[in-house]
Amino acid sequence: MKILVCISHVPDTTSKINFSNNSEEFDNQGVQFVINPNDEFGLTRAMWFKEKQNATIDVINVGSSNTEPTLRKALAIGADKAIRIDAEPQDGFFVAKQIANYISENPYDLIIAGRESIDYNGGMVPGIIAGLTKTNFVTNCTSLEIESNTATIEREIDGGKEILKCDLPLIIGGQKGLVEESDLRIPNMRGIMQARQKPFEVVNCTNSESKTKSVKFQKPALREEVKLVSPENLDQLINMLHNEAKVL
Amino acid sequence: MSVLAYIESSKGKFKKNAFEIVSYSSALANKMGVELVVLTINCDDNSELSKYGATRIIKITNPELESFDAQILSNVIAQAVKSTESNYIVVSSSVNSRYMSPLLAVELDGGYVSNVTELPSKLEPFTIKRTAFTNKAFCDTTIESKIKIIGLSSNAFGAIENETKISEEEFSPNLLSKKINVLSTEKVSGKISIADAEVVVSGGRGLKGPENWKLIEDLAETLGAATACSKPVSDMGWRPHSEHVGQTGKPVATNLYIAIGISGAIQHLAGINSSKIKVVINNDPEAPFFKAADYGVIGDAFDVVPKLNEKLRAFKAQNS
Repeated sequence: MKILVCISHVPDTTSKINFSNNSEEFDNQGVQFVINPNDEFGLTRAMWFKEKQNATIDVINVGSSNTEPTLRKALAIGADKAIRIDAEPQDGFFVAKQIANYISENPYDLIIAGRESIDYNGGMVPGIIAGLTKTNFVTNCTSLEIESNTATIEREIDGGKEILKCDLPLIIGGQKGLVEESDLRIPNMRGIMQARQKPFEVVNCTNSESKTKSVKFQKPALREEVKLVSPENLDQLINMLHNEAKVL
Repeated sequence: MSVLAYIESSKGKFKKNAFEIVSYSSALANKMGVELVVLTINCDDNSELSKYGATRIIKITNPELESFDAQILSNVIAQAVKSTESNYIVVSSSVNSRYMSPLLAVELDGGYVSNVTELPSKLEPFTIKRTAFTNKAFCDTTIESKIKIIGLSSNAFGAIENETKISEEEFSPNLLSKKINVLSTEKVSGKISIADAEVVVSGGRGLKGPENWKLIEDLAETLGAATACSKPVSDMGWRPHSEHVGQTGKPVATNLYIAIGISGAIQHLAGINSSKIKVVINNDPEAPFFKAADYGVIGDAFDVVPKLNEKLRAFKAQNS
């Protein structure tokens, strides 16, 4: 089984978010970048396929050379090969189109992406890849099993879950549940050393096309200070929620 | 040139977000000076949509569309978009809409922007505001393609009454063949889901153990609320994963979010930030949640929550 894991290179959750150039660009200064958490669950699930079902794992990212440490980390965790499509991503469509182009020439049985990235939260890359390549697609996956050519997938829905079955090839949008947080792997020294020797392909961007553009960022208005209510005076809290906030 | 609003339903009834989607789409059509078309699938009665500005309804009745399939549904909506010559499509942020919309964007060769919070601020170029960086920022985004798909954030616009007269017409799309089969669907019965709830009551490690969850459940029952929990609580197995809210869990965008014994890690706050009013109950005055909340009670949950519940019950009894 050939697996491709799409890796988004995103600011660490705890980073302070700032913008530069008249709030037109994200400010990278002092920001630690990581593998998008939803992608990391998928990468870890892929490692289990590798260890138990002899799968091979390629990882792919659309980005500038700045994203290479993030791909190297995926190699250190255990992926076999990394591919970087050399481009500054414009929007979700742009990224999906580049990956779709790549997989049209290099087919995979299973493509794993995250249900969304934690930077732009668009939640559209795996779906657009699937639409462009006419591949089966399931997102919000919380469990995935594959036997010969068939996938059994658990999908989280509003208020519950459903179990789906379909043929490969398949694209999924993964999330926590594929594996648990405690299953995530920290690269060890051996993995880090091996990662330096593994194939790392840089592909030129062709046919760049986007549909949308992020033009300006704003931070939310500073919030008012919390209104504290004494535990002895909970009537006041109810009163404020009713008359002031109008939520009761 | 019209706005097409896609309305979700389940078992013949509108989903909670239907009126907000119609209200927003009606305002958008008004702003663009174009007609509004509302698409419903297997809804028993569309008349209620007229309260929120719907005028022309395209109605599909087909039992095969009762079970959700993203591929088939996106293709059906695309047929309706083409037949009505719509250029603007409005969809919700439900799990199903977020699944289906990227496929719809490909079908229509359109630009899709999700997590939209407002009407367009500019029409030339078409510029719309969405959230980014998991609610830590907003981003003005232009859509450059002819077809524009807008995924509206839950609770961002609200339902706005605007009584109109409606006309209904039937629409019979062709259906693609099914490639993904649903083996089973499990819904937690008798409980309000986090996605549908107006109020969410959420518990954290401060509750000390799963045996104390009755506190949360009782308060939720009084408020007609869904129950949720923080990540450590679901990681420790105190509560099911489906209740975990936060960055890697479910997003919450309710009117009222009550956090009990949750310190307010940045990942948690990211997931619940789009809720309108946040109340925190915690015995640690230094808990970061107090910086993100609207109202706070510094006190022991085991003391405060039962008292609050009792008072709320009395309040509800008086005001119902």
